[in-house]
Amino acid sequence: MAINKLGKQTLLFSNKPVVVGAFSTMGTKEGQGPLGKWCDRILSDDKCGEKTWEKAETSMLEETMSSAIASSGKSKEEIDILFTGDLINQIMASSYVARNMKRPFIGLYGACSTMTESLLMASSFVNAGYADYALAAASSHFCTAERQFRMPLEHGNQRPPSAQWTVTGSGSMIIGNYKEPMGKRIPRVTHGTVGRVIDKGINDVNMMGAAMAPAAIDTLITHFQDTGREPAFYDMILTGDLGVIGKQVVYDSMQKKGYELGSAYNDCGVLIFDQSQDTHSGGSGCGCSASVFCGYIYKHLKEKKLKNVLLLSTGALLSTISTQQGESIPGIAHAIAMSMED
Amino acid sequence: MEENKKQKENEKEKEKVKKAEKAEYEAYLKQFTPKSKFVKNGILAFLVGGLLCTGAFILQTQLEKMGMDTKTAGNVITLLLIFTAQLLTGIGVFDRIAKFAGAGVIVPITGFANSMVATAMEFKSEGPVLGVGAKMFQLAGPVLVCGILTSVVVGLLYYVIPLWL
Repeated sequence: MAINKLGKQTLLFSNKPVVVGAFSTMGTKEGQGPLGKWCDRILSDDKCGEKTWEKAETSMLEETMSSAIASSGKSKEEIDILFTGDLINQIMASSYVARNMKRPFIGLYGACSTMTESLLMASSFVNAGYADYALAAASSHFCTAERQFRMPLEHGNQRPPSAQWTVTGSGSMIIGNYKEPMGKRIPRVTHGTVGRVIDKGINDVNMMGAAMAPAAIDTLITHFQDTGREPAFYDMILTGDLGVIGKQVVYDSMQKKGYELGSAYNDCGVLIFDQSQDTHSGGSGCGCSASVFCGYIYKHLKEKKLKNVLLLSTGALLSTISTQQGESIPGIAHAIAMSMED
Repeated sequence: MEENKKQKENEKEKEKVKKAEKAEYEAYLKQFTPKSKFVKNGILAFLVGGLLCTGAFILQTQLEKMGMDTKTAGNVITLLLIFTAQLLTGIGVFDRIAKFAGAGVIVPITGFANSMVATAMEFKSEGPVLGVGAKMFQLAGPVLVCGILTSVVVGLLYYVIPLWL
């Protein structure tokens, strides 16, 4: 009997693991966006002084993870396990960072859903008593994603209005066991809902938001059914990178299914850039939800401006091979619920 | 045999349902999806592309007036267009022009030049042989293959059709 499982897919973190530290990094363009002021570090050079874009992303992720550890007041040796992922083939950046950190490592791939995927894993490990402190992180970089999934940077082309912009950014949180002296100004991870892969048959790579939205809807409904909570319970429900189109699909479909999300609902991809930045349908990539959750959301929770939040990173599980072979784009979304206790 | 047939029919049914679901979802999506500005993009491409070619033609006639024969003048102009596009790609300006002008600069030989320099720059990090050498034709290669194939087909038609007349 799974004592900590609620309903179909939801994990109850009965020991209430806490977020003891967090750090977020954004690229130059993202830093100029509306959420830049809540970000801990904004890159002045997206190449981080490195020779290649891949090295730049690795260095950005490593700096983010080290700073998250430092912000928790722990030493690197006290972190029992690392859960990280990125978008480069075979999660190259994460593996290289783990090599340098010399800590036990489980690499994750969930496309852009990696931030809540790593939070789910880290919280589960801490809740179950397999770790005192576990690190969750994710990153993406515009330039590594473009060359891998799309066109060379300097290639001249026109992007359709539904296209999204891969965010250069990363975020990391340290999940730990709750101990009395920590006080109450500390966010707790209460629930996690593991998503199912949902595929509605979209195969246009410029329609990522539409491809992922059904997965977000499925996870949201399951989360509400499993926990018995209403959308109104949350001060903020935030999806990862559905962009302008996907956000509207979620809002409208949820309304039709009887769940009024209201003004609490938003999407990181919509929030991270403003209209003048000309990114078309908004931001995407693991770094989009990672940098927003670890910056904007974490700071608002700590300052008690938000009490209960539901975070859903959304991922499009496609590969360069699957798109060339004409396959459709499967979507996934994992949810994490965090609360500040009174 | 009977069972096999039934299974196949079942599979076909399932595929039909899937297709119908996809069509339904796509129809639903339409209300949220902004359309590409085909008219504006088309006019801009026409104007920029037209200006580019007219400019090139004026330069060519100037060269001919200076005593160059038509073929040489044409080659010089082509080289000039390729050189300019490559230089603009190298200093990171071409993609901004193409974003504005679209097909106006992508369809002429400038687009071809850009696709080779952009890939060469991008894959420099993977080395001069397997990076630049191998990837340089990643975008231009398919254009060449299709171009040559088309010219073969047209050439054959050109040869065959007069035989029947």
